[in-house]
Amino acid sequence: MTDVLDPPIVPPIVPPMVLAPIEPAHEEQHGPTGILKWITSTDHKVIGMSYTVTATIMMVIGGAFAEIIRAQLTTPNGTLVSFAQYNELFTMHGSVMIYLFAGPFAFAALANIIVPIQIGAPDMAFPRLNALSYWLYLTGSITMLSGFFVAGGAANFGWVAYAPLSNSTNTPGAGADLWIGALLLTGFSAIFTGVNICATVFYLRAPGMTMFRMPIFTWNLLVTAILILLAFPVLTAGLIMLYCDRHFGTHIFSVAGGGVPVLWQHIFWFWGHPEVYILALPFFGMVTEIIAVFSRKPVFGYKGMIFATLSIGALSLGVWAHHMFTTGVVLLPFFSIMSLLIAVPTGIKMFNWIGTMWRGEIWFSTAMLMAVGFLVTFLIGGLTGIYLASPPLDFFTHDTYFVVAHFHSIVMALVLGGMAGLYYWGPKMTGYLLNETIGKIQFWFLFIGTQVFTLPMYLLGLRGMPRRVAVYPLHTSWQYLNEVSTVGAVLIGISTIAFVVNVAYSWKKYPAGDNPWDGQTLEWFTTSPPPHHNFYRLPQIRSERPTWDYNHPGHTAAEHGHHHEPHDAEQLT
Amino acid sequence: MRVEARVLLSLGLFFGLMVTVYWFWGHENAGSVMMFAGMLLCFVPGGYYYWWSRRMKPRPEDNPKATQAQGAGVVGAFPSTSIWPFTMGMGAFLVVLALVFGIWFLIPGLGLVAWALFGGTSEGRRGGSR
Amino acid sequence: MEPPALTPRGVSQRTPRWRRVRRIAALPIAALALAGCTVPTFGAVPGATTSSKSVYHLWQGFSIGAVLIGVLVLLLILWSVIFHRRKSANIPKQSQYHIPLEMTYTIVPILIVFGLFVATLVVENKEVANPTTNVTINVNAFQWGWKFTYPDKNVVVVGQTTQDPVMVMPVDTNVHINLTSSDVIHGFYVHAFNFSRYALPGVLNQFTLFAVNTGTYNGQCTQLCGLYHSLMFFRVEVVPMTQYNAWLSSKANAAVAQAAENATKQQTSSVVPTKPYKSQGGY
Repeated sequence: MTDVLDPPIVPPIVPPMVLAPIEPAHEEQHGPTGILKWITSTDHKVIGMSYTVTATIMMVIGGAFAEIIRAQLTTPNGTLVSFAQYNELFTMHGSVMIYLFAGPFAFAALANIIVPIQIGAPDMAFPRLNALSYWLYLTGSITMLSGFFVAGGAANFGWVAYAPLSNSTNTPGAGADLWIGALLLTGFSAIFTGVNICATVFYLRAPGMTMFRMPIFTWNLLVTAILILLAFPVLTAGLIMLYCDRHFGTHIFSVAGGGVPVLWQHIFWFWGHPEVYILALPFFGMVTEIIAVFSRKPVFGYKGMIFATLSIGALSLGVWAHHMFTTGVVLLPFFSIMSLLIAVPTGIKMFNWIGTMWRGEIWFSTAMLMAVGFLVTFLIGGLTGIYLASPPLDFFTHDTYFVVAHFHSIVMALVLGGMAGLYYWGPKMTGYLLNETIGKIQFWFLFIGTQVFTLPMYLLGLRGMPRRVAVYPLHTSWQYLNEVSTVGAVLIGISTIAFVVNVAYSWKKYPAGDNPWDGQTLEWFTTSPPPHHNFYRLPQIRSERPTWDYNHPGHTAAEHGHHHEPHDAEQLT
Repeated sequence: MRVEARVLLSLGLFFGLMVTVYWFWGHENAGSVMMFAGMLLCFVPGGYYYWWSRRMKPRPEDNPKATQAQGAGVVGAFPSTSIWPFTMGMGAFLVVLALVFGIWFLIPGLGLVAWALFGGTSEGRRGGSR
Repeated sequence: MEPPALTPRGVSQRTPRWRRVRRIAALPIAALALAGCTVPTFGAVPGATTSSKSVYHLWQGFSIGAVLIGVLVLLLILWSVIFHRRKSANIPKQSQYHIPLEMTYTIVPILIVFGLFVATLVVENKEVANPTTNVTINVNAFQWGWKFTYPDKNVVVVGQTTQDPVMVMPVDTNVHINLTSSDVIHGFYVHAFNFSRYALPGVLNQFTLFAVNTGTYNGQCTQLCGLYHSLMFFRVEVVPMTQYNAWLSSKANAAVAQAAENATKQQTSSVVPTKPYKSQGGY
């Protein structure tokens, strides 16, 4: 129960050598409290907490939709929901999970809190813009979910809203418009966050924190932010076109007026595929940090890792049409080789993670367990992704459950990574640790549940079950696999309950201290939770692990086979 | 500043290469335009940073041997609280609702946005609301 | 166990020792040959067309690679997880870079990727080739059913949702399919052909099927197309050429009789005219 209170050896923090450059004058400010604090705060930590809580609630809502979907599919002729309701449910499941949970959780929740602290900044570069991002995100979430309460129900054209199914003839009603409006709001929210992260990373780093000393998490968030700026405006433009088609009589996506339905797919996936990496890269960053800290080693191949991230970002703009192989109107070889090439930097990351654990002293806290669970689940999802980059194999599996299984392996890996992040940085955000025993129970339910949930879906896809169907024929062997998958979904549901129970049970129970995990990066140098402008003092920054260097002089990172002499004088100035 | 510029410029260069290949191979308009725009979106800020990086001394955060004392001074004005983001968010919410429920939502929506623009700007001129 | 083929009794004139050596040498070769014949399916099926079989072999190739790499990586993860657990409070060696190793796991994946790409290209080119043929079927998808038109034969098969319209096609012949959609995007997917293609409004999608096995195969719309997407079934019946021709003429005669009866009655689904599409051009 209390093996969480089994911290690694952390030497006592010696008195500060250098004061932080920022005046700690209004630390003890008596700002507004309660709801007014929530509404008016521009502190990146408060906004980040708001994001974290909202996104986690969205995950629970989207997960509840998923459980209903799985319950419906347990029997071939499920009657739990009608066809119309089923279409709404999977549309909103996808939309909530992608737009309202995974994205904001990835690039705005933990990132908002951690990125400025990791580079020694007092706040985000544009605190008020940051707050606006959150309000657009929250109102966007409300807008999307309120689709269930209007006549005609929520949007029901799938989370990709393919034209011409999404036009006003095929899906009339306010639900679809609310969906578009919600994406406009959350889209701008994302763009503003992207601007903010870029500016923060470029302009607010602490002295000595050169670009190639930034933690991998911050690097990944920088690339994510650049991708947001490249991709999200395209989606917003596409949504405006879609809205014009629906209400102003334009014919951008309708054949009847001379438009091109495939254009929507080009626009959507030009956003949609970078979006996949926008979702994934922050979680890669979280896992990188966690693996390094709990193996008590530096990130193996730190620079290779950064170049891998940059290559993923670079390639991500040239792979969108692998979602459109079966349209028959895209350049197959180009998108095939681009998509296959993504496997290379991803593979580099995988080997770097293993290299980081290799010969480490791995401490299996819940965060580290979740991170290893991420590795295994991501391995499965990554390898099955390579098939889909090959057009013939994509013709064969496109829009079947194989694809569903593939990206659920990936996103469930991201959920594992996100949970790792919450267990790892939660103490920094709140000042209190979560219970480790409940955490480990949660991990095993989540990890086993994920595999039981996704693996049958691969087989279902190979046996020809299309996605987005509410019923399926009796004469096939699909029912058994669907039942197994539903069991997995239930296990994942139990893990979510375990998480909620853990938060309630551990509420202000286990004080964390400033550096419970023997962390390596700057956020572990300040207090938990950090003061208003993050730092009372900063250490000298001479590597990408300033806190580690400070706490363990004489254990700086070494090239393979060499061991640098510690530069004590330089360490402590 | 130099590394920042290089990151953006090399991304832009890669996109330029990619769009060239794509355009001459595929002759597809939409994707080429979007990739080309992506290239510009990297070149414009990247070029700006590059231009500046050649005209300024390395900042303390660009200097691997910088001490914390070198960063002393005012980093910037960081307002601790502000009501205007919330006001503007609610205004944007109403504007979007106007897309769905009727044009009359625009009146309070745009009103709130304008109010927040005015309030936020004058707050910024004063250097934050603290 | 003596494999009889390798040591036929009373035939060999060689010494026992040579026979034993030969047997030992033959074993791994035999094992490989055996494995070559029974490469696991990895969950897929060879299917009923020529291209479905090449897709199946490509699938097997990808799967072998995926399993090998997957097992290797999994073993590495498990090894470090099991053997590098925390045993002491010591700080391990802070190794960070190993350039030769990093180069290896950058270059080897690139080579693998190019190998996969070449294999993909070979299969893809076979699959998208459009050889000339005199059997053509126009497939039109609509909400929520399928219409199969046999041009110049005066035969139309149409059916909605659970009526399961049947597309009859001849075996051992290239069958040219012109795929269109009347309203939204649909997916023409026949599991046994390991193939799917969107039916796009405004676009004429063309492909060729060469069935090698007769039989009836299930097809279904795979792209979400609205309320009854789940029920948009059809069947494909692959029959010998003679049977196909017989079926065509009987259907045509019936159609003539039908047309005489209700000359004014029109098919309900409105077909949007499609413009020919150059497959790698712009719009």
